[in-house]
Amino acid sequence: MEESKTRKELQVSAIENGTVIDHIPAKSVFQVVKLLGLENCKEQILFGTNLESKKFGKKGIVKVANRFFESDEINKITLAAPSATLIVIRNYQVVEKKKVEIPDHIRKYVRCVNPNCITNHEKIPTKFLVIDKEDIRLQCHYCEKVTDKNNLFFI
Amino acid sequence: MISMKNKSLVSIDDYTREEQLKILDLAEGFEKKPVQDILKGFVVATLFFEPSTRTRLSFESAASRLGAQVIGFSEASTSSVSKGESLNDTILTVSKYADIIVMRHPREGSARYASEVSPVPVINAGDGANQHPTQTLLDMYSIRKTQGTLNNLQVAFVGDLKYGRTVHSLTFALCNFNATFHLVSPEDLKLPSYVKQKIKDNKLEYYQYTDMNEVIPKADILYMTRIQKERFSDPIEYERVKNAYILRNEMLQDAKNTMRVLHPLPRVNEIETDVDHNAKAYYFDQAQNGVYVRQALLASILGVI
Ligand SMILES: [Zn+2]
Repeated sequence: MEESKTRKELQVSAIENGTVIDHIPAKSVFQVVKLLGLENCKEQILFGTNLESKKFGKKGIVKVANRFFESDEINKITLAAPSATLIVIRNYQVVEKKKVEIPDHIRKYVRCVNPNCITNHEKIPTKFLVIDKEDIRLQCHYCEKVTDKNNLFFI
Repeated sequence: MISMKNKSLVSIDDYTREEQLKILDLAEGFEKKPVQDILKGFVVATLFFEPSTRTRLSFESAASRLGAQVIGFSEASTSSVSKGESLNDTILTVSKYADIIVMRHPREGSARYASEVSPVPVINAGDGANQHPTQTLLDMYSIRKTQGTLNNLQVAFVGDLKYGRTVHSLTFALCNFNATFHLVSPEDLKLPSYVKQKIKDNKLEYYQYTDMNEVIPKADILYMTRIQKERFSDPIEYERVKNAYILRNEMLQDAKNTMRVLHPLPRVNEIETDVDHNAKAYYFDQAQNGVYVRQALLASILGVI
């Protein structure tokens, strides 16, 4: 147990204080970085992808020093990484660990799949009702069409 | 006491079953007495970002017969929209001039958005392929009027059931009235699964057919729709089936006496003109009923009845 933990730590270095987002699907790591606006973050950020995971095959991980996210911010990444785990670190210790949760409503950062939707033609922030959290099906508040995980594009 | 005052109508589901019935009851009153001065002093804006002469004239007739003034435009090219004005700005400006906005727009979701930015109520007169709730209400009115009830009817839909939004909305509405649905369409144009799911969710039944003749003797309502060539993935398939979905007078021989043929109009060739003189043809009366239903909507949303 102790040994495997050490090996894991070696894959991506530990942080003193901050947040670790684990179990990100390997292909979504950069999406998560983008959704959280970490491109412009001045703190130390470590990320890895295509790491071995028993449960997920290939996974990704993001560690951000000295950042603690509000649940609104974290909800943003749920669509890109519904399997992600959020780990809050203080003093090298895990103080909180939780699964991300898909919210009932999604605003602004997903594009409506319907090319004829008004949100794709005017400056209108998108708004969706999440009608299926497991399969990820979002119904557009405006045109009523369903955007699913196969045609999910982030704005 | 049910009140629709200031309540926008974007999607048929915005109004409860009771509110829908209230509109139908009020429409009956306007059918008896179509000319009333109850909207004197009110201004109704009809904003047609794409042309739909039939729907616009029906609303304008409804407003005029109640004494309201009508302002607006009949296509986007004659309005400030052609100069690139945003929908937000058009709606906010017009809402300063009018007490209610009737709007038709080629983009889906435009009416919902307008209803959220507008300080005055909005009636959706069609947003792209999405919703056209006043059509649904006039269909319901026509069904109730010809059958004496909306409950427990055998309703047959014929034609393009895949893309026909009038069929989808009317199906949703009739799910509240214990209807049985007979769905006649080519394989390519069957009713979408989410609409069939809604029927199942309401514990109601539907049957699917490709031959219209099978449903005619059973139906209380035969609701015809247009089949468009461009909807077919294979043009040969269109040529093969197109004649199977044309209603001819002799096909109505075995229909119930009380059965009525409806169609949202305009028709192309899916109902032969020899049907027009059959007592079962109801589609032109149906269009007329649209005026009464729209009078009921304008008057109740403006809060005068
Ligand atoms: Zn949409």
